[in-house]
Amino acid sequence: MPAIELQGVTNFILDNVNLKIMDKELLVLLGPTGAGKTTILNTIAGLIPYQGSILIDGQPVEGVPTHKRRIGYFFQNPALFPHLDVFSNIAYSLKIKKFPAEELKKKMRELLQLMQIEHLAHRYPKDLSGGEKHRVALARVLASSPRILLLDEPLVSTDMRFSKYFQMELRRLQKQLEITTLYVTHDFIEAEEMGDRIALVYGGRIEQVGTYQEVFFSPKNKNVSRFVGEQNIFSCDYSKPLGNGLVEVGIRGLAIVVHHQEGKVSKIAIPSGHIGVYNDSPRSKINNFKGKLIEMRPLDTFLQLKVKIGEVVFLVEMQKSVGEEMGLNVGKEIFIVLKLPWIKVLNGG
Amino acid sequence: MNKYRLWNILPIVVFVGLWESITRLQNMDGHSFFPPFSTVMQEFYYLIINGVLVKNLLRSLIRILIGFSAGSVAGLMVGIVMGWKEAVNKIFHPVFSLLYPIPALGWLPILLLWFGIGEILPITIIFICSFFPVLYNTITGIKSVNKDLITVAETLGAPKFKILTTVILPLALPNIFTGLRLEAGMAWRVIIAAEMIAIPTGIGALLMKAESLLRIDIIIVCLMVLSVMCFSFEKFFLFMERKLTCKWR
Repeated sequence: MPAIELQGVTNFILDNVNLKIMDKELLVLLGPTGAGKTTILNTIAGLIPYQGSILIDGQPVEGVPTHKRRIGYFFQNPALFPHLDVFSNIAYSLKIKKFPAEELKKKMRELLQLMQIEHLAHRYPKDLSGGEKHRVALARVLASSPRILLLDEPLVSTDMRFSKYFQMELRRLQKQLEITTLYVTHDFIEAEEMGDRIALVYGGRIEQVGTYQEVFFSPKNKNVSRFVGEQNIFSCDYSKPLGNGLVEVGIRGLAIVVHHQEGKVSKIAIPSGHIGVYNDSPRSKINNFKGKLIEMRPLDTFLQLKVKIGEVVFLVEMQKSVGEEMGLNVGKEIFIVLKLPWIKVLNGG
Repeated sequence: MNKYRLWNILPIVVFVGLWESITRLQNMDGHSFFPPFSTVMQEFYYLIINGVLVKNLLRSLIRILIGFSAGSVAGLMVGIVMGWKEAVNKIFHPVFSLLYPIPALGWLPILLLWFGIGEILPITIIFICSFFPVLYNTITGIKSVNKDLITVAETLGAPKFKILTTVILPLALPNIFTGLRLEAGMAWRVIIAAEMIAIPTGIGALLMKAESLLRIDIIIVCLMVLSVMCFSFEKFFLFMERKLTCKWR
């Protein structure tokens, strides 16, 4: 039985949303800004009205107020209570539930340890850094022992370094505590790294639900492929392990190195916006190819290029201004670099 | 004594020194329309010893404490309901918006007709004077609480009334205290005016008696007492505000 089930949920943004989230699963709601991702979380939390039905553990929750739905909601902005210190912020839900003093202390000790914030217990939010605020806000959500965790773009206001750390922390805690989780993001890489499955939300509808590879390599319709980005998807003729987590794959005579831990690579995909284009050969020794520009099409502020390398044609997108600076024209010989982190790999026979 | 205190006190000492020396130089025939500071202090002492000042000050103080407390509590209560429940706000806001601009002393003639001269009159004026500013500052304080915090509290399992008492009111405190602080001083100004016009007791009445006896020294004593009381009331609420909110602001 799914932990959460949305049946024909419709409101001013959502259009007949049907979605099942399995127990202990981390499902990522991925989509562009304004697609309705946060609205889905808000309907599950009971914060906004909707038609249709939402079931939690098989029970419809229509008419159940937010504070009785046993959800933990982590907002984009940590929104700590400024008048309470860290301890009281985290203990807020426990005090509301009138936890006995001893139990409260024990639980708080565990939580502060789990989040490694014992030293912050008596500080006020105004004295915390952005990262510390995020950790406190997460501890506050976990304190209420939620049945379901709703995370609304939790990394959006954090710096790059902290965001990587916090992302790992979230994943670890979700697995450790086995909480069914919905995670909202507009970032494909984040979705890949976080989700057991991805639900692609577009224009208030769920366009596709599946594993990252299913969504990336087999977009179900135009909306999904538009969001995922124009891809260079190629079937591999061979794949040869090189050690250290690297594999060489052959694409019609072209040897491309990809990150891959185990198993055979059947397909690779490279987003057109993440291919480097250079006039002169760049320093990079890996996946550095010389090719010929065979087509150039202006699109708003972008240029869409087709670059032929041997038998293979790559679709490349780049900023128009950069293209003009480079003096690109059809027929010109240029270099492209396929950046390792951006080459997506599909396992299989 | 630190430097900051010294710089606060020094101008007052210089002012008193100038006051004393200039008035002594201009003193004609032992009678002056602006008595020296020492004469005023002497009169201040006599007024305390013979109990006149204490008796009148207490009268004014009690009126203010009753009127101010009742007006503030009522303003706070109505403000909480209006700030919390939009429907109530919509009903009462137009009425209060019409009544708020009327100066408290503007009610004096009608209150005189309704209650006559007695204790109810000044207390009611102070009530009116305190009610509206506390009401409006409470509404503003409640409405300015970040809506995200309310949603967070809701998702953390807090029912509506708990959210009001544990999140909204503590966060509205700075605004509420601004209203209280401003009106604490204003209440003294209003009570003096009311006592001067219509009430035979209190600091305002003492001022009027002194005027009829051409006792400028007593008038200055009353003004100094009034200044100290306004200042102390405002400082008390500033102290309370800092005590309750400075840790987190």
